[in-house]
Amino acid sequence: MSTTDEGVGEGTGPDDDWRRVQESTEFAQLRRRLRVFVFPMTVLFLIWYLVYVLLADYAQGFMSTKLIGNFNVGLLIGLLQFVTTFLITWAYVRYANRKLDPIADKIRAEVEGDAQ
Amino acid sequence: MRNLAAGVEGSNPTLNIIIFAAFVAITLVIVFWASRNTKTASDYYAAGRSFTGPQNGIAISGDYLSAASFLGIAGAIAVNGYDGFLYSIGFLVAWLVALLLIAELLRNTGKFTMGDVLAFRMKQRPVRAAAAISTLAVSFFYLLAQMTGAGGLVNLLLGVSGDVGQDIVIAVVGVIMVMYVLIGGMKGTTWVQIIKAVLLIAGALAMTIWVLAKYGFNFSSLLQGAVDRAGGGAKGEALLGPGKQYGKSDTSKLDFLSLAIALVLGTAGLPHVLMRFYTVPTAREARKSVVWAIGLIGIFYLFTLVLGYGAGALVGANTISKAPGTTNSAAPLLALELGGPVLLGFIAAVAFATILAVVAGLTITASASFAHDVYANVIKKGQVDSKSSEVRVARITALVIGAVAIVGGILAKNQNVAFLVALAFAVAASANLPTLLYSLFWKRFNTTGALFSMYGGLIICVVLIIFSPAVSGSSSAMIKGADFAWFPLQNPGLVSIPASFLLGWLGTILSREKTADKYAEMEVRSLTGAHAEKATVH
Repeated sequence: MSTTDEGVGEGTGPDDDWRRVQESTEFAQLRRRLRVFVFPMTVLFLIWYLVYVLLADYAQGFMSTKLIGNFNVGLLIGLLQFVTTFLITWAYVRYANRKLDPIADKIRAEVEGDAQ
Repeated sequence: MRNLAAGVEGSNPTLNIIIFAAFVAITLVIVFWASRNTKTASDYYAAGRSFTGPQNGIAISGDYLSAASFLGIAGAIAVNGYDGFLYSIGFLVAWLVALLLIAELLRNTGKFTMGDVLAFRMKQRPVRAAAAISTLAVSFFYLLAQMTGAGGLVNLLLGVSGDVGQDIVIAVVGVIMVMYVLIGGMKGTTWVQIIKAVLLIAGALAMTIWVLAKYGFNFSSLLQGAVDRAGGGAKGEALLGPGKQYGKSDTSKLDFLSLAIALVLGTAGLPHVLMRFYTVPTAREARKSVVWAIGLIGIFYLFTLVLGYGAGALVGANTISKAPGTTNSAAPLLALELGGPVLLGFIAAVAFATILAVVAGLTITASASFAHDVYANVIKKGQVDSKSSEVRVARITALVIGAVAIVGGILAKNQNVAFLVALAFAVAASANLPTLLYSLFWKRFNTTGALFSMYGGLIICVVLIIFSPAVSGSSSAMIKGADFAWFPLQNPGLVSIPASFLLGWLGTILSREKTADKYAEMEVRSLTGAHAEKATVH
């Protein structure tokens, strides 16, 4: 196999085998579950980040509004970016462990088992 | 600046050098020890894929937290206040792109380099050549920025000044980095990054607690300290909100937007970050490594927020701006203020270790890309006589890169090349990320599309930078006294990233090539890990 030199390609079936797996309902489910999580989540965190950047760039008065002591809106939203990053990471890992890995493991076992 | 021979006042250069030499000695022993089992290409490039997720996560943070993010961000917060904090948020949020869209799929489909993934279903030679050119360009920009930074740091921390002294230190940095890479391969380099990350994060944690303790663990009082030190009133208060640095004009605001977009999209396209995902045995471990990296990098940036305002409060922006190395001196000066020469020596050594670990990571990535993509697959068309000849080429390339880095670092040491890091991120976000995303998720994508987005992104970035105020026509430009700038922004991302996505789409629909069959294999493998590269067993 030209894509990857020795090692990787061994035992992989011809293209129509991959096609067959790709068109299976199980794989369609895996793909849907992955995309239904990662695409909206990516859009969400990119918009949230962009809102933050635009506020810092064009709404400096608002961002400098003090809340408690010297702690202002800008610091709050900035720290919330950290919080959402940690939360999305945690949510993805939980989702992947429960919803993605079991199907992926099953399909992988079938594909690698087939080839032997 | 060359006249300030003493470096930071109150520092003890001999002590700094001793602590740094101890770090080099210890890491070299570990690199020798780690190299015992480096036999195959997989050992050399990917450490036999034997690191665990947490180990790799620590190494990723060691690779990612460069001197720019440690000294640079702390200094930017100390002098410009909130605006410095904005960088760290872009650098952190960027990891979600890597986590959700790239890391696991890349680990499942590739072998050693970014080129492996891009070439999976495309015509091998043109796509690998493009991937290697982009990898070498990003690595070169980043490497040059780090080496140049080393010269300034030397002046600041070790008290070595004058042309000859700085040249010698740049050469020493280059030689040590090449030794790590030649002897230890990826395994040795990874251990250097792990050790450095632990020292850096531990040092930053200690200083953070120390600073907070001085203000009764009240963050608001710390901020008040920074405001008062900056002269109080409206001038001091400006530190707390955004805009001090980027709010000057409409152009500077747009420039910041452009930078912010390049930072968030660039990280997941940095070749030395991508290559780290191959050092773990499975996609699941790759996921764990990103989780660890996000945790460590996030916490570290919270420390820099405290350290930056702490330096502003305890050292003062005026003192920092007058010190050799200006904003880069904020964290070291804070260390001196808190713990005297010993803590300064430790932080100085950590800063050097940081440069060493980052340049070693860049060198192994660039040499792997040349040997694996260009030599083995473009020149030898995948018919390399033995795997050891590919590794030999990689080692020779590492030597050449080391030499180029030393010469480049010496030539550029008095230049303002800070824009090179932004350029590296912009190229990664424009040339690499769109191509990776299309190739992982878009069935119709093909060779022409890949070449359009890679070369298009790279060329647009470089051309816009050359004609930007970073290179000519402004007071801080690299070439003084000339003005051929027509692009108003210092950061090309705002234009180059959308353009590159568009070019990738355009190239694809202009070509009749269909890669759906290979995509079936790629998609199944990327999502399930079937037939992914396994760890080497020794």
